[in-house]
Amino acid sequence: MTTGQLILNGIAAFLTLCIFSFLYKDNPFYKFAERLVAGVATGYWTILLYHTNFTDKVIEPIFINGQYHYIIPAVLGIMMWTRFSRKWSWISRYPIAFYIGIGSGVSITVYLYTYLFKQLQATISTPLTLDLAGLNVLIIVIAVLSALIYFFFSSAHKGIFNVASRFGIYVIMIGFGAGFGLTVMGRVALLVQRIIFLRDYIVALFGG
Amino acid sequence: MKRELPLMIVLIFGTFMAFQYFVPHRISSDLYQEFNNWTIIIGIFAMVVGIGSLISLHYNRIKFKKPGWGYSTVTIVCLIGMMSIGLIGGTENDLFLKLYRHGLAPVTSTMFSLLAFFIASAAYRAFRARTILATLLLLAAVVVMLGRVPIGEILTGWLPRPLQFSEISNFLLYVPNTAAKRAIFIGVGLGVAAMSLKIILGIERTWLGGEGRK
Repeated sequence: MTTGQLILNGIAAFLTLCIFSFLYKDNPFYKFAERLVAGVATGYWTILLYHTNFTDKVIEPIFINGQYHYIIPAVLGIMMWTRFSRKWSWISRYPIAFYIGIGSGVSITVYLYTYLFKQLQATISTPLTLDLAGLNVLIIVIAVLSALIYFFFSSAHKGIFNVASRFGIYVIMIGFGAGFGLTVMGRVALLVQRIIFLRDYIVALFGG
Repeated sequence: MKRELPLMIVLIFGTFMAFQYFVPHRISSDLYQEFNNWTIIIGIFAMVVGIGSLISLHYNRIKFKKPGWGYSTVTIVCLIGMMSIGLIGGTENDLFLKLYRHGLAPVTSTMFSLLAFFIASAAYRAFRARTILATLLLLAAVVVMLGRVPIGEILTGWLPRPLQFSEISNFLLYVPNTAAKRAIFIGVGLGVAAMSLKIILGIERTWLGGEGRK
Protein backbone atom coordinates (compact mmCIF):
# COMPACT_ATOMS: atom_id res chain seq x y z
CA MET A 1 0.00 0.00 0.00
CA THR A 2 1.42 3.41 -0.99
CA THR A 3 1.54 6.36 1.42
CA GLY A 4 -1.32 8.03 -0.49
CA GLN A 5 -3.49 4.92 -0.17
CA LEU A 6 -2.60 4.65 3.51
CA ILE A 7 -3.76 8.23 4.11
CA LEU A 8 -6.99 7.71 2.15
CA ASN A 9 -7.73 4.40 3.87
CA GLY A 10 -6.84 6.10 7.16
CA ILE A 11 -9.61 8.65 6.53
CA ALA A 12 -12.03 5.81 5.73
CA ALA A 13 -10.94 3.90 8.87
CA PHE A 14 -11.31 7.02 11.03
CA LEU A 15 -14.82 7.66 9.68
CA THR A 16 -15.74 3.98 10.19
CA LEU A 17 -14.62 4.17 13.84
CA CYS A 18 -16.51 7.47 14.25
CA ILE A 19 -19.73 5.72 13.17
CA PHE A 20 -19.03 2.65 15.35
CA SER A 21 -18.55 4.96 18.36
CA PHE A 22 -22.34 5.43 18.34
CA LEU A 23 -22.63 1.94 19.81
CA TYR A 24 -21.36 3.43 23.07
CA LYS A 25 -23.50 6.58 22.93
CA ASP A 26 -24.14 9.67 20.79
CA ASN A 27 -20.89 11.66 20.69
CA PRO A 28 -19.14 14.46 18.75
CA PHE A 29 -17.19 11.99 16.54
CA TYR A 30 -20.40 10.32 15.38
CA LYS A 31 -22.09 13.68 14.83
CA PHE A 32 -19.11 14.87 12.79
CA ALA A 33 -19.15 11.78 10.54
CA GLU A 34 -22.93 11.92 10.18
CA ARG A 35 -22.97 15.58 9.10
CA LEU A 36 -19.97 15.02 6.85
CA VAL A 37 -21.74 12.23 5.01
CA ALA A 38 -24.94 14.32 4.73
CA GLY A 39 -23.01 17.02 2.89
CA VAL A 40 -20.88 14.70 0.76
CA ALA A 41 -23.87 12.49 -0.20
CA THR A 42 -26.04 15.46 -1.19
CA GLY A 43 -23.20 16.95 -3.22
CA TYR A 44 -22.39 13.62 -4.85
CA TRP A 45 -25.95 12.83 -5.97
CA THR A 46 -26.59 16.41 -7.09
CA ILE A 47 -23.55 16.38 -9.33
CA LEU A 48 -24.35 12.91 -10.62
CA LEU A 49 -27.89 14.01 -11.55
CA TYR A 50 -26.57 17.24 -13.06
CA HIS A 51 -24.07 15.47 -15.30
CA THR A 52 -26.49 12.72 -16.35
CA ASN A 53 -30.16 13.73 -16.25
CA PHE A 54 -29.89 17.52 -16.43
CA THR A 55 -27.38 17.50 -19.29
CA ASP A 56 -29.17 14.70 -21.19
CA LYS A 57 -32.73 15.87 -20.73
CA VAL A 58 -32.50 19.65 -20.52
CA ILE A 59 -29.26 21.12 -21.88
CA GLU A 60 -28.79 18.84 -24.91
CA PRO A 61 -32.41 18.73 -26.14
CA ILE A 62 -33.01 22.49 -25.79
CA PHE A 63 -29.66 24.05 -26.62
CA ILE A 64 -28.10 21.48 -28.96
CA ASN A 65 -30.95 19.51 -30.60
CA GLY A 66 -33.38 22.43 -30.78
CA GLN A 67 -36.25 20.50 -29.16
CA TYR A 68 -37.78 23.64 -27.73
CA HIS A 69 -40.89 21.93 -26.32
CA TYR A 70 -38.66 20.80 -23.45
CA ILE A 71 -38.76 24.41 -22.28
CA ILE A 72 -42.28 23.66 -20.91
CA PRO A 73 -41.16 21.08 -18.29
CA ALA A 74 -38.11 23.26 -17.55
CA VAL A 75 -40.43 26.23 -16.80
CA LEU A 76 -42.66 23.92 -14.73
CA GLY A 77 -39.54 22.83 -12.84
CA ILE A 78 -38.50 26.45 -12.23
CA MET A 79 -42.03 27.10 -10.92
CA MET A 80 -41.19 24.61 -8.16
CA TRP A 81 -38.71 27.16 -6.80
CA THR A 82 -41.60 29.39 -5.72
CA ARG A 83 -41.76 27.05 -2.69
CA PHE A 84 -39.12 29.36 -1.19
CA SER A 85 -41.63 32.24 -1.07
CA ARG A 86 -44.69 32.14 1.20
CA LYS A 87 -46.53 34.59 -1.05
CA TRP A 88 -45.92 32.76 -4.33
CA SER A 89 -45.66 29.16 -3.18
CA TRP A 90 -49.15 28.37 -4.61
CA ILE A 91 -47.57 28.53 -8.10
CA SER A 92 -45.64 25.35 -7.29
CA ARG A 93 -48.97 23.50 -7.21
CA TYR A 94 -49.05 23.44 -11.04
CA PRO A 95 -45.86 21.43 -11.54
CA ILE A 96 -46.76 19.27 -8.51
CA ALA A 97 -50.21 18.68 -10.08
CA PHE A 98 -48.59 17.66 -13.35
CA TYR A 99 -46.16 15.37 -11.53
CA ILE A 100 -48.87 13.80 -9.36
CA GLY A 101 -51.28 13.44 -12.29
CA ILE A 102 -48.72 11.57 -14.39
CA GLY A 103 -47.59 9.51 -11.40
CA SER A 104 -51.14 8.54 -10.36
CA GLY A 105 -52.20 7.64 -13.88
CA VAL A 106 -49.15 5.47 -14.45
CA SER A 107 -49.45 3.88 -10.98
CA ILE A 108 -52.97 2.54 -11.60
CA THR A 109 -51.97 0.35 -14.52
CA VAL A 110 -48.41 -0.44 -13.44
CA TYR A 111 -49.33 -1.45 -9.88
CA LEU A 112 -52.41 -3.40 -10.92
CA TYR A 113 -50.30 -5.28 -13.46
CA THR A 114 -47.18 -5.99 -11.40
CA TYR A 115 -48.55 -6.13 -7.85
CA LEU A 116 -51.95 -7.69 -8.51
CA PHE A 117 -52.15 -9.61 -11.81
CA LYS A 118 -48.57 -10.86 -11.87
CA GLN A 119 -48.75 -12.03 -8.23
CA LEU A 120 -52.08 -13.79 -8.81
CA GLN A 121 -50.72 -15.33 -12.00
CA ALA A 122 -47.60 -16.61 -10.22
CA THR A 123 -49.78 -18.08 -7.46
CA ILE A 124 -52.33 -19.93 -9.56
CA SER A 125 -50.55 -20.73 -12.81
CA THR A 126 -47.89 -23.07 -11.36
CA PRO A 127 -49.09 -26.65 -12.03
CA LEU A 128 -49.86 -28.87 -9.04
CA THR A 129 -47.79 -32.06 -9.14
CA LEU A 130 -47.72 -35.13 -6.90
CA ASP A 131 -44.33 -34.41 -5.37
CA LEU A 132 -42.69 -32.07 -2.84
CA ALA A 133 -42.66 -29.15 -5.29
CA GLY A 134 -46.38 -29.63 -5.89
CA LEU A 135 -47.03 -29.66 -2.15
CA ASN A 136 -45.14 -26.38 -1.81
CA VAL A 137 -47.29 -24.86 -4.57
CA LEU A 138 -50.45 -26.00 -2.77
CA ILE A 139 -49.20 -24.54 0.53
CA ILE A 140 -48.44 -21.23 -1.22
CA VAL A 141 -51.97 -21.07 -2.73
CA ILE A 142 -53.63 -21.80 0.64
CA ALA A 143 -51.24 -19.46 2.49
CA VAL A 144 -51.80 -16.54 0.07
CA LEU A 145 -55.59 -16.96 0.31
CA SER A 146 -55.43 -17.18 4.12
CA ALA A 147 -53.17 -14.11 4.37
CA LEU A 148 -55.57 -12.20 2.09
CA ILE A 149 -58.50 -13.25 4.29
CA TYR A 150 -56.60 -11.86 7.31
CA PHE A 151 -56.53 -8.46 5.58
CA PHE A 152 -60.20 -8.66 4.53
CA PHE A 153 -62.21 -6.58 6.97
CA SER A 154 -65.54 -6.33 5.11
CA SER A 155 -66.77 -9.46 6.88
CA ALA A 156 -66.51 -10.56 10.52
CA HIS A 157 -63.75 -13.11 11.17
CA LYS A 158 -65.99 -15.93 12.47
CA GLY A 159 -66.18 -19.69 11.85
CA ILE A 160 -64.15 -20.98 8.89
CA PHE A 161 -63.25 -17.38 8.06
CA ASN A 162 -61.64 -17.05 11.49
CA VAL A 163 -59.67 -20.30 11.03
CA ALA A 164 -58.36 -19.10 7.67
CA SER A 165 -57.58 -15.67 9.10
CA ARG A 166 -55.61 -17.22 12.01
CA PHE A 167 -53.66 -19.40 9.60
CA GLY A 168 -53.06 -16.27 7.48
CA ILE A 169 -51.47 -14.33 10.35
CA TYR A 170 -49.26 -17.33 11.21
CA VAL A 171 -48.05 -17.42 7.60
CA ILE A 172 -47.41 -13.67 7.66
CA MET A 173 -45.44 -13.93 10.92
CA ILE A 174 -43.31 -16.82 9.65
CA GLY A 175 -42.75 -14.88 6.42
CA PHE A 176 -41.75 -11.74 8.35
CA GLY A 177 -39.46 -13.81 10.57
CA ALA A 178 -37.73 -15.31 7.54
CA GLY A 179 -37.37 -11.87 5.94
CA PHE A 180 -36.09 -10.46 9.24
CA GLY A 181 -33.49 -13.22 9.55
CA LEU A 182 -32.29 -12.58 6.02
CA THR A 183 -32.01 -8.82 6.67
CA VAL A 184 -30.01 -9.40 9.86
CA MET A 185 -27.61 -11.68 7.99
CA GLY A 186 -27.19 -9.01 5.29
CA ARG A 187 -26.32 -6.42 7.94
CA VAL A 188 -23.95 -8.84 9.69
CA ALA A 189 -22.19 -9.42 6.34
CA LEU A 190 -21.67 -5.64 6.07
CA LEU A 191 -20.36 -5.55 9.63
CA VAL A 192 -17.88 -8.35 8.89
CA GLN A 193 -16.77 -6.46 5.77
CA ARG A 194 -16.09 -3.30 7.79
CA ILE A 195 -14.17 -5.24 10.46
CA ILE A 196 -12.04 -6.93 7.77
CA PHE A 197 -11.35 -3.48 6.30
CA LEU A 198 -10.17 -2.17 9.68
CA ARG A 199 -8.03 -5.29 10.28
CA ASP A 200 -6.40 -4.97 6.83
CA TYR A 201 -5.71 -1.29 7.45
CA ILE A 202 -4.05 -1.96 10.82
CA VAL A 203 -1.97 -4.76 9.26
CA ALA A 204 -0.89 -2.44 6.40
CA LEU A 205 -0.13 0.41 8.82
CA PHE A 206 2.06 -1.61 11.16
CA GLY A 207 3.43 -3.93 8.49
CA GLY A 208 2.09 -7.19 9.93
CA MET B 1 -57.25 29.28 -10.12
CA LYS B 2 -55.09 28.34 -7.14
CA ARG B 3 -57.01 25.16 -6.35
CA GLU B 4 -59.29 24.18 -9.25
CA LEU B 5 -56.67 24.41 -12.00
CA PRO B 6 -54.19 22.04 -10.28
CA LEU B 7 -57.05 19.59 -9.64
CA MET B 8 -58.01 19.83 -13.34
CA ILE B 9 -54.39 19.19 -14.39
CA VAL B 10 -54.29 16.07 -12.20
CA LEU B 11 -57.61 14.84 -13.64
CA ILE B 12 -56.59 15.36 -17.28
CA PHE B 13 -53.07 13.95 -17.11
CA GLY B 14 -53.98 11.19 -14.67
CA THR B 15 -56.86 9.98 -16.85
CA PHE B 16 -54.74 10.20 -19.98
CA MET B 17 -51.85 8.22 -18.47
CA ALA B 18 -54.20 5.56 -17.10
CA PHE B 19 -55.96 5.06 -20.44
CA GLN B 20 -52.97 5.34 -22.77
CA TYR B 21 -51.79 1.96 -21.44
CA PHE B 22 -54.68 0.32 -23.33
CA VAL B 23 -54.03 2.16 -26.61
CA PRO B 24 -51.59 0.13 -28.73
CA HIS B 25 -50.55 3.04 -30.97
CA ARG B 26 -47.17 4.65 -31.46
CA ILE B 27 -48.49 8.14 -30.67
CA SER B 28 -49.78 6.87 -27.33
CA SER B 29 -46.47 5.26 -26.35
CA ASP B 30 -44.52 8.32 -27.60
CA LEU B 31 -46.65 10.62 -25.47
CA TYR B 32 -46.17 8.28 -22.48
CA GLN B 33 -42.40 8.46 -22.94
CA GLU B 34 -42.50 12.22 -23.46
CA PHE B 35 -44.51 12.91 -20.30
CA ASN B 36 -42.27 10.60 -18.32
CA ASN B 37 -39.29 12.68 -19.50
CA TRP B 38 -41.12 15.81 -18.42
CA THR B 39 -41.60 14.46 -14.90
CA ILE B 40 -37.88 13.64 -14.72
CA ILE B 41 -37.05 17.23 -15.77
CA ILE B 42 -39.42 18.67 -13.15
CA GLY B 43 -37.82 16.34 -10.60
CA ILE B 44 -34.34 17.66 -11.44
CA PHE B 45 -35.44 21.25 -10.85
CA ALA B 46 -37.28 20.19 -7.69
CA MET B 47 -33.97 18.94 -6.35
CA VAL B 48 -32.89 22.58 -6.05
CA VAL B 49 -35.73 23.03 -3.52
CA GLY B 50 -34.28 20.20 -1.42
CA ILE B 51 -30.73 21.51 -1.56
CA GLY B 52 -31.98 25.04 -0.86
CA SER B 53 -33.85 23.81 2.23
CA LEU B 54 -30.76 21.95 3.47
CA ILE B 55 -28.53 24.99 3.02
CA SER B 56 -31.11 27.33 4.56
CA LEU B 57 -31.53 25.08 7.62
CA HIS B 58 -27.81 24.80 8.30
CA TYR B 59 -27.11 28.44 7.40
CA ASN B 60 -29.65 29.60 10.00
CA ARG B 61 -28.10 27.29 12.60
CA ILE B 62 -24.68 28.83 11.95
CA LYS B 63 -26.01 32.39 11.74
CA PHE B 64 -27.83 32.22 15.07
CA LYS B 65 -25.14 30.04 16.71
CA LYS B 66 -27.70 27.38 17.62
CA PRO B 67 -26.51 24.26 19.52
CA GLY B 68 -24.43 22.04 17.20
CA TRP B 69 -23.80 24.85 14.68
CA GLY B 70 -20.25 23.58 14.18
CA TYR B 71 -21.58 20.36 12.66
CA SER B 72 -23.73 22.41 10.30
CA THR B 73 -20.52 24.03 9.07
CA VAL B 74 -19.17 20.55 8.27
CA THR B 75 -22.28 19.77 6.21
CA ILE B 76 -22.20 23.02 4.25
CA VAL B 77 -18.43 22.86 3.60
CA CYS B 78 -18.71 19.21 2.43
CA LEU B 79 -21.74 19.97 0.25
CA ILE B 80 -20.19 23.00 -1.43
CA GLY B 81 -16.80 21.28 -1.71
CA MET B 82 -18.22 18.14 -3.32
CA MET B 83 -20.40 20.14 -5.70
CA SER B 84 -17.54 22.42 -6.72
CA ILE B 85 -15.20 19.48 -7.41
CA GLY B 86 -17.92 17.68 -9.40
CA LEU B 87 -18.92 20.78 -11.38
CA ILE B 88 -15.34 21.69 -12.31
CA GLY B 89 -13.85 18.24 -12.83
CA GLY B 90 -16.90 16.12 -13.72
CA THR B 91 -17.94 12.77 -12.27
CA GLU B 92 -14.81 10.98 -13.52
CA ASN B 93 -12.57 13.41 -11.63
CA ASP B 94 -10.05 11.55 -9.44
CA LEU B 95 -10.66 13.64 -6.31
CA PHE B 96 -14.45 13.35 -6.72
CA LEU B 97 -14.21 9.55 -6.93
CA LYS B 98 -11.77 9.37 -4.00
CA LEU B 99 -14.15 11.37 -1.82
CA TYR B 100 -16.87 8.92 -2.74
CA ARG B 101 -14.75 5.79 -2.16
CA HIS B 102 -13.05 6.92 1.05
CA GLY B 103 -15.66 9.26 2.52
CA LEU B 104 -19.17 8.36 1.47
CA ALA B 105 -18.98 4.60 0.82
CA PRO B 106 -17.34 3.52 4.13
CA VAL B 107 -19.64 5.68 6.25
CA THR B 108 -22.86 4.50 4.56
CA SER B 109 -21.89 0.82 4.73
CA THR B 110 -20.84 1.22 8.40
CA MET B 111 -24.18 2.88 9.17
CA PHE B 112 -26.00 -0.05 7.59
CA SER B 113 -23.82 -2.52 9.49
CA LEU B 114 -24.68 -0.71 12.75
CA LEU B 115 -28.27 -1.69 12.12
CA ALA B 116 -27.28 -5.31 12.87
CA PHE B 117 -26.91 -4.30 16.55
CA PHE B 118 -30.10 -2.26 16.66
CA ILE B 119 -32.11 -4.95 14.86
CA ALA B 120 -30.86 -7.51 17.40
CA SER B 121 -31.85 -5.24 20.29
CA ALA B 122 -35.28 -4.51 18.74
CA ALA B 123 -35.80 -8.24 18.14
CA TYR B 124 -35.01 -9.03 21.76
CA ARG B 125 -37.64 -6.54 22.92
CA ALA B 126 -40.20 -7.79 20.38
CA PHE B 127 -39.67 -11.44 21.26
CA ARG B 128 -40.15 -10.80 24.96
CA ALA B 129 -43.87 -10.46 24.17
CA ARG B 130 -44.05 -14.29 24.48
CA THR B 131 -47.08 -14.80 22.26
CA ILE B 132 -47.47 -17.55 19.66
CA LEU B 133 -47.04 -15.02 16.87
CA ALA B 134 -43.84 -13.58 18.39
CA THR B 135 -42.50 -17.11 18.89
CA LEU B 136 -43.19 -18.00 15.25
CA LEU B 137 -41.42 -14.85 14.15
CA LEU B 138 -38.43 -15.61 16.38
CA LEU B 139 -38.18 -19.27 15.31
CA ALA B 140 -38.37 -18.43 11.62
CA ALA B 141 -35.73 -15.70 12.02
CA VAL B 142 -33.36 -17.94 14.02
CA VAL B 143 -33.69 -20.84 11.57
CA VAL B 144 -33.04 -18.56 8.57
CA MET B 145 -30.03 -16.97 10.29
CA LEU B 146 -28.55 -20.35 11.28
CA GLY B 147 -29.32 -21.78 7.85
CA ARG B 148 -27.09 -19.17 6.24
CA VAL B 149 -23.94 -19.73 8.35
CA PRO B 150 -21.58 -22.69 8.85
CA ILE B 151 -22.65 -23.18 12.49
CA GLY B 152 -26.11 -24.17 11.23
CA GLU B 153 -24.50 -26.89 9.13
CA ILE B 154 -22.47 -28.10 12.13
CA LEU B 155 -25.54 -28.21 14.38
CA THR B 156 -27.85 -30.08 12.01
CA GLY B 157 -25.49 -31.62 9.44
CA TRP B 158 -25.99 -35.10 10.93
CA LEU B 159 -29.80 -34.96 10.52
CA PRO B 160 -31.64 -36.08 7.35
CA ARG B 161 -31.41 -33.38 4.67
CA PRO B 162 -35.03 -32.05 4.96
CA LEU B 163 -34.45 -31.41 8.69
CA GLN B 164 -31.21 -29.45 8.27
CA PHE B 165 -31.31 -25.71 8.98
CA SER B 166 -30.23 -24.82 5.45
CA GLU B 167 -33.14 -26.78 3.94
CA ILE B 168 -35.72 -25.48 6.43
CA SER B 169 -34.36 -21.97 5.84
CA ASN B 170 -34.85 -22.36 2.08
CA PHE B 171 -38.36 -23.69 2.64
CA LEU B 172 -39.24 -20.72 4.90
CA LEU B 173 -37.90 -18.26 2.36
CA TYR B 174 -39.50 -19.83 -0.70
CA VAL B 175 -42.89 -20.87 0.74
CA PRO B 176 -44.25 -18.86 3.73
CA ASN B 177 -42.15 -15.79 2.92
CA THR B 178 -43.27 -15.84 -0.72
CA ALA B 179 -46.90 -16.36 0.30
CA ALA B 180 -46.81 -13.50 2.84
CA LYS B 181 -45.10 -11.20 0.35
CA ARG B 182 -47.61 -12.05 -2.37
CA ALA B 183 -50.58 -11.33 -0.12
CA ILE B 184 -49.02 -8.01 0.90
CA PHE B 185 -48.15 -7.12 -2.71
CA ILE B 186 -51.75 -7.82 -3.77
CA GLY B 187 -52.93 -5.50 -0.99
CA VAL B 188 -50.37 -2.86 -2.00
CA GLY B 189 -51.44 -3.08 -5.66
CA LEU B 190 -55.10 -2.57 -4.81
CA GLY B 191 -54.25 0.17 -2.30
CA VAL B 192 -52.07 2.17 -4.70
CA ALA B 193 -54.66 1.86 -7.49
CA ALA B 194 -57.44 3.03 -5.16
CA MET B 195 -55.34 5.92 -3.81
CA SER B 196 -54.33 6.99 -7.34
CA LEU B 197 -57.97 6.95 -8.40
CA LYS B 198 -58.88 9.10 -5.37
CA ILE B 199 -56.14 11.60 -6.30
CA ILE B 200 -57.19 11.74 -9.96
CA LEU B 201 -60.85 12.28 -9.05
CA GLY B 202 -59.91 15.02 -6.57
CA ILE B 203 -61.18 13.13 -3.50
CA GLU B 204 -57.70 13.01 -1.97
CA ARG B 205 -56.32 16.56 -1.89
CA THR B 206 -53.68 16.55 0.83
CA TRP B 207 -50.99 17.09 -1.82
CA LEU B 208 -52.36 20.63 -2.31
CA GLY B 209 -51.25 21.41 1.23
CA GLY B 210 -52.68 23.94 3.72
CA GLU B 211 -55.42 26.11 2.24
CA GLY B 212 -55.76 23.96 -0.88
CA ARG B 213 -57.65 21.31 1.06
CA LYS B 214 -60.51 23.67 1.95
